[in-house]
Amino acid sequence: MLEKAIFGSKKFYAWMTFLGLLIGIGMVAYLYQLYYGLGTTGMSRDVSWGLYIAQLTFLVGVAASAVMLVMPYYLHHYKDFGRIVILGEFLAIPTLIMCMTFVLVDLGKPFRLLNIFRYPTPNSILFWDVMVLQGYLILNLIIGWITLQSERQSVAPPRWVRPLIYLSIPWAVSIHTVTAFLYAGLPGRGYWLTAIMAPRFLSSAFAAGPSLLIILAMFVRRFTNFDPGARAIQTLAKIVTYAIIINIFFFFLEVFTVFYSGIPSHMLHFQYLFFGLHGHGAYIPFMWASLLMGLAAVVVLLYQNVRPNEKVLVVGCILVFLATWIDKGLGMMNGGFVPSPLEHVTEYIPTLPEILIAIGIYAVGFTILTALYKIAISVKEELRA
Amino acid sequence: MEGSRRNFLKLAGLSVLGLGAAPALTSASKAAAQTFDANPQALTGTHWAMVVDVSKCQDDCQDCINACHQGHNVPALPPDKQKNEIKWIWHEEFENAFPEKPIGYLPEKFHHKPFEVLCNHCDSPPCVRVCPTKATFKRKSDGIVLMDFHRCIGCRFCMAACPYGSRSFNWFEPRLYLDKTNPTYPTRTKGVVEKCNFCAEQLAVGNLPLCVRACKQGALVFGDLDDPNSDVRKILNEKSAIRRKAELGTGPNIFYVI
Repeated sequence: MLEKAIFGSKKFYAWMTFLGLLIGIGMVAYLYQLYYGLGTTGMSRDVSWGLYIAQLTFLVGVAASAVMLVMPYYLHHYKDFGRIVILGEFLAIPTLIMCMTFVLVDLGKPFRLLNIFRYPTPNSILFWDVMVLQGYLILNLIIGWITLQSERQSVAPPRWVRPLIYLSIPWAVSIHTVTAFLYAGLPGRGYWLTAIMAPRFLSSAFAAGPSLLIILAMFVRRFTNFDPGARAIQTLAKIVTYAIIINIFFFFLEVFTVFYSGIPSHMLHFQYLFFGLHGHGAYIPFMWASLLMGLAAVVVLLYQNVRPNEKVLVVGCILVFLATWIDKGLGMMNGGFVPSPLEHVTEYIPTLPEILIAIGIYAVGFTILTALYKIAISVKEELRA
Repeated sequence: MEGSRRNFLKLAGLSVLGLGAAPALTSASKAAAQTFDANPQALTGTHWAMVVDVSKCQDDCQDCINACHQGHNVPALPPDKQKNEIKWIWHEEFENAFPEKPIGYLPEKFHHKPFEVLCNHCDSPPCVRVCPTKATFKRKSDGIVLMDFHRCIGCRFCMAACPYGSRSFNWFEPRLYLDKTNPTYPTRTKGVVEKCNFCAEQLAVGNLPLCVRACKQGALVFGDLDDPNSDVRKILNEKSAIRRKAELGTGPNIFYVI
């Protein structure tokens, strides 16, 4: 099936060349970072994680959201997802690869990466995060590939994939829970030290991932002969609606506990993000935009659920995606590290090389995504013909 | 033809085995030959700690910081890279060293007094808990939290975990910012984390930590908490001391007498 990822239309080649260019630029920027050190990023003594680890956090969520297709289809036999479940599994694969690449470029000594395996340390959550991310990648590779191959040959998937599929359901929850545990167990970081971190992560993931899938499904329908089905898209829309409402609800639960208790070490981070602290507030407009877009998305999606309209749905999905990306991709790190445990305010602004590297990694993801989707869609087109 | 191929494979397999075994054997014999005795002069304790008598500390004095940073090859970064600076011991004002403000109406003379802050060599160190490679570890014999610079992968999880901001990362090549190098202590490379090591290398040859020796006012006192006759226990028996963020359960071992 792999050959289907290589041959395509002129548009396909142009797109892949464009992505290749972005990857090239990102690699040059990475060589620069490798040579001069991570000081080429905006990170500092006080804000020691930035854009890279934030993207890891966001993308783990997108990967985990494949379960929102797998569970209804395989566990509840919801037939409408039959055609697009592969799109969810094939979205998880590139996002997981992006996650691992973001960890790699964040390391000060990337050549020592294998020390994680040479000296396995079960008390470190990072060790477990690497383990569960790899496991989920392998699961999705096997499940996606085998089920697609069976579909191509018009036979039922072999029986031995079933247990793997069922295993992938709790595994999806585990990858985002473990990622939340990276933060939620650190004693000196009030913004992160909350039991609702994992639920907040999961709810934002199940909003962001399926909304991206809806956009991708519509894109696929428009540019290929494969139709994922309007009903499947509407069911996904319901999932997005519930998830974003729960996500905003969880956010306000956190806001209540933080501000009603009035404990400064928890409150100052929210103050910095939403109102500014000691005259610093680079992220105030982003955080308010995120909150307002999230609320607007709820209104748009609820309206869409009453009067289904795919144009309105796209607007809702874009709002959800942007709102959750800002919340996790910008707010998580800056809120966690600012102010520092000594209550100094050091602001973090990503630098150009850092942004180029991040774009390069996203381009890697999109290249793999394009190749995988092309394979899946070619198989489906073949079957229809 | 078939036979010769089999013989060739056998031979190849055996030689690979031999190649693999040879270095293992030689290193085993070397390990047996090299044993090290502890320096008889070494200072030994089971629970090292430090008492900082803040009132003795002079406002503009940097002696302890200079002694530590020169002795441990800690680079001095230029002003435009201050957000990336490396600090093993440094000064903070009370409200930053103790942001939860455990003392209300702090006597005025302490308002801008420098508070020495450094690694607390916690009883339950969060940095050690999160390290994915055991590059940072708590030494069983005396409780010092140490770093293996050669094992650190530079993930900076320990920096996120430390509630005292005691860890620094080499964002740049540190040797570029060293005027003089102390040849008795290793320099670091870019990409690894470092911090105060309670002068483990000094204790090993019978010296007190560099900062303690550098302080002419005697504001820094070092000793073994498990020894009731140690200097630190004597002070703690007479004066009340506070610790930074003790409520987090980390068990910090730097005590501040105010």
